[in-house]
Formats: sequence, C-alpha cells, structure tokens
Amino acid sequence: MSISREDIEKVAVLARIRVDEAQVSALESDLGNILNLVDQLSAADTANVGPLSHPLDAVQCLRADEVTETNQREAFQAIAPATENGLYLVPRVIE
Amino acid sequence: MHNKSVAELSRDLESGSVSSVELTREFLNRIKTEDAKYNSFITLTEDEAMADAKAADELRAAGKANVWTGVPFAHKDIFCTNGVTTTCGSKMLANFVPPYDATVTANFRAAGAVCLGKTNMDEFAMGSSNESSFFGPVTNPWGLSNGEKRVPGGSSGGSAAALAARLVPAATATDTGGSIRQPAALCGITGLKPTYGRVSRHGMIAFASSLDQGGSMARTAEDNALMLNVMAGFDPKDATSVDRAVPDYTATLNEPLKGLRVGLPKEYFSDQLSPVMEQQVRNAVAEYEKLGATVKEISLPHANLAVAAYYVIAPAEASANLSRFDGVRYGYRCEDPKDLNDLYTRTRAEGFGDEVKRRILVGTFALSAGYFDAYFLKAQKVRRLIQQDFINAFKEVDMLMSPVSPSPAFLQGIEHSDPVTMYLEDIFTIAVNLAGVPAMSVPAGFVDGLPVGLQIIGNYFGEARLLNAAHQFQQVTDWHQTLPQ
Repeated sequence: MSISREDIEKVAVLARIRVDEAQVSALESDLGNILNLVDQLSAADTANVGPLSHPLDAVQCLRADEVTETNQREAFQAIAPATENGLYLVPRVIE
Repeated sequence: MHNKSVAELSRDLESGSVSSVELTREFLNRIKTEDAKYNSFITLTEDEAMADAKAADELRAAGKANVWTGVPFAHKDIFCTNGVTTTCGSKMLANFVPPYDATVTANFRAAGAVCLGKTNMDEFAMGSSNESSFFGPVTNPWGLSNGEKRVPGGSSGGSAAALAARLVPAATATDTGGSIRQPAALCGITGLKPTYGRVSRHGMIAFASSLDQGGSMARTAEDNALMLNVMAGFDPKDATSVDRAVPDYTATLNEPLKGLRVGLPKEYFSDQLSPVMEQQVRNAVAEYEKLGATVKEISLPHANLAVAAYYVIAPAEASANLSRFDGVRYGYRCEDPKDLNDLYTRTRAEGFGDEVKRRILVGTFALSAGYFDAYFLKAQKVRRLIQQDFINAFKEVDMLMSPVSPSPAFLQGIEHSDPVTMYLEDIFTIAVNLAGVPAMSVPAGFVDGLPVGLQIIGNYFGEARLLNAAHQFQQVTDWHQTLPQ
C-alpha cells in the first residue's frame, strides 16, 4: 500500500521525531517501498495460525522479592545532559 | 603472531613463548598503523588493554590462568563496557559512557581476556553494509588491493573487517537478521549466531528484542567454540535467556560427521542466487558428502515471506526499544529546547540517522491504531509458519546448508538509492532469526577474488554440532586461512 503525507506526519508525531517538510517526500517514497515489500504477507493463509512473539514461547521468569540493586543514582546522573539536586532537568512543563 | 588463532595464541601464552603484554602491544600497534584503511574501530582502549594484559600475565605467573587469560579481542560497540564509551554506531550515544558492563562483557572480563577496543557497526545494528554508522563506513580488506572499496557487510562489519585484516583474533558481534553471518561471509571469517536465549542480552543495546542474539566472530570454528564457552549461559538479568546447561563446545569438535543428514532448502537455491555463488556453495556441500554426510533437498515453504515479516516485526520492536532515547537521562540532547516536545522531537531528529528513523517510523506505523492487525499481528502469524518450516525440516535432517548472501561484497555507496534493495541482502539469513535457531557462516570459496560463505543452520541449542561440522570442514579446506592481499 502507499502511505500518505498525512500518515507520515501523524506517525512522526507518535514517534516523537521531527520531520521537516522537505523530508516528507523522501519518506513517502521510502516507506511506501517498504510497505510494498511487507504487503507480500497478505498472500499468506494464516486463518488458523496463532501469532508468535518469541521463538521459544517462554514464560516470564520470576525472582525472589528481594532488593538486589544498590543505589547508583550518582553514577547514572553523572552521564545525564542536565541534572540538579538529584533530579533530571527538562524544559519547564507547568508555567 | 597476528595470523594465529585464539587457540594457538592461548597455547603460546601457556608455553611462555609470548606474554600478554607483548601480544597486546603487537595487536594495538597493528590497529594503529593499519586501521586507517578500514575504519573498523570506533574506540581503542589502549591504556585499559595494557593494564589488563599486565594483570593477565601476573595471573598466569601465579598459576591461575585459563584458556582466555591474556588473549586480546574486541567488542562490537553494542555491548556496554563500564567506563568505556559505547556508541552503538550512533550520534545519539556518541558521548555515552555506561556505568555498567553487559553480561557478555563481564564474562570476558572474568575470563581474563584483554579487550582492545570497540568495533564499528551500522547505527543501532540496522544495516547490511556498515554504511549507516555515524562514525563512517567500514572498508572490507578484500578487494582493497584492486583499489576497490567494498562493504564488509553489516551490521557487525567492524568486527568482521578487523578479523579479516588480522587486527584482532576474535570479536563479539550480534545478529538480528544476519548481522553476524553476512559480514562473516563477506569478509571470509567464521561467525556463529547462537540459539535465541543462549547468550544474555543484558547490556547489549536493544534493536529488536525477540530477534537480537549476541554471538561470536573469529577465524576458525574452534575459536568460535572457545568464545561461546565464555558467552553462553543463563543470566537472571535477561528474562529471555535460557536456563539450560552449557556444554564445553570444544569437546565435540572432532566428532566424525559420518551419517550427518544435511538438507538443502530449495528456496535458498533460487534465481536470486548467482550461478557462480551457487557453485561455491555446492562445492562445499560436496566436501560434506566426502566427510560422510548424506544430502537431500528439503523445503521451507514460507521462506519467501521471511523478509516481509521481519520488516514489520523488527521495526515495530525497534520503535518501542528506541523510544528510550529522549535526551533526558543520557546520550545526545539538542541545543536550547524550547519545550519538552521540542526536546524529544529535535533530539531524536538530530541524534538518529536516516535508516534508524525510517525503521522507527515504519514500526510506529505498523503498531498504530488501525494497522496493528493487518501488519504486526499478521507478521507474527507468518512468523509461526516460518518457525514451523524449520521444526518440520529438522524432523528429516540434522542441519541445513545454504548460501549466506546472494552476492559477494558489493562496492560502497551503490545500494543507497532504495532501502528495500539493501533489505534483500538478508534473504537467506532472516528466517533463522524469526525461528530463533542457531546458524553459522563458514568460509567456503571465492568469486572474483571475494570470499563466499556457507550458511549452516542447526536445530535449537545445536551449537555444539554446528561447531563440530564447521570444524571438520576446516580440517579439509583452507578457505578460512586465505589472507586478503
């Protein structure tokens, strides 16, 4: 199937990736080609087939409810773009 | 010295004919003088390597060495290394210094191996040519003597090129749709993608979590066995790693192959494969017949749908995994964001390269309301059909053999026009990841002076038998020892 400019703009918002007007045309063509490739799937008969999300069909393993991690806030925040008083800084959300 | 295998270097260290400090210095010097031609490394960790080598020599002097103690190797720059920049080939992580080790990293550290640095790769492991790296393309050592700059394959192109150029004797790698096997084939080295769940993914930067699997690259099957001995095993930090005993993968390398049942999937010997490539693969299969294997044609009826299913599932999982890169906690952040949305959207627009953005957008589309059933659910159903093909095949045969790639290493720059052309590079490798079975690429000949790989696909957790089959092949062939000029 083809993908419209509106679709691309909507998906870019969902993915939180800014897409310039100039890039939309190239994406329209690239994503359209990818979706054409993917459209081969519609030929497969999957009427009685369940989806496979994991090759081993494993179940979530559980562990004892014990604290195993130590507090490494300083190490983690040392690599952050902006922190203050142990908090991560982002532009003001509430005026 | 740099032409020796891990097994040989390990014996030299044991006999005392060379020290780890000498070995490490030699490989570091080779990288520093040679790698400008290949760009196979993103980061060289010279100081850490020399310190580790010294510590390894001391351990050995104290009688506490194992087979890996003091042996140099490199990590694909997707494995987190505590205190050492880990970029995943992206501008987004160009400044990222992880505060912890991946489990694979920790395993090699515990074994006493000496990491020389971090190898180049396609950005976030998305690519088949190593041209999408933020740190520039990697050049394949093969073909360079003719003045041709060819791709090493991808995404583990740096690890593969460094091995082919004899800059390292072993390197880690990862494989989501062929990223170990295809570069191994294009660079003439030996690579193994283990069964999904065999090697921990903890600290291995995620691309598509139900497909990603860490594995090994070296020049011989024996060295791959030595690597898997270190890498494999259950890890409580990875919920999808499998709690199952790890055999000594070197113990069965010399088992005879008499009676081995080999299947040739007819879908992989189609007109997408050039006749000269096919001839090399068939010659390799003939060697297996001489070693006692029986060969028959089999069918993987849904193989032709694998690329389509993959290009829904992998981008969908990637779009979720890569949502963590938001410019808040680590990695790249855009300049002067005017509000929170601007921070997210501009950080991600500036930090990700084109191919990564394409895949995030495709994945977001496939998961979005109104398209989920038609794309994502449909692809997961086809995935089960593909897995069933392999389950059925392994009722009849022990192993499958096929080409790895439709052609040998192609020239840099030529495949850029349309992403789909590049995706078809992986038509013979992708189904393996969807099914989760293990597979290897083994050097099996040359076309126009460029290496050709034989793909050997095994049943779930059949790594020991795969390595055995590859090792026996390497006892009667010397393709894996041929050097680029």
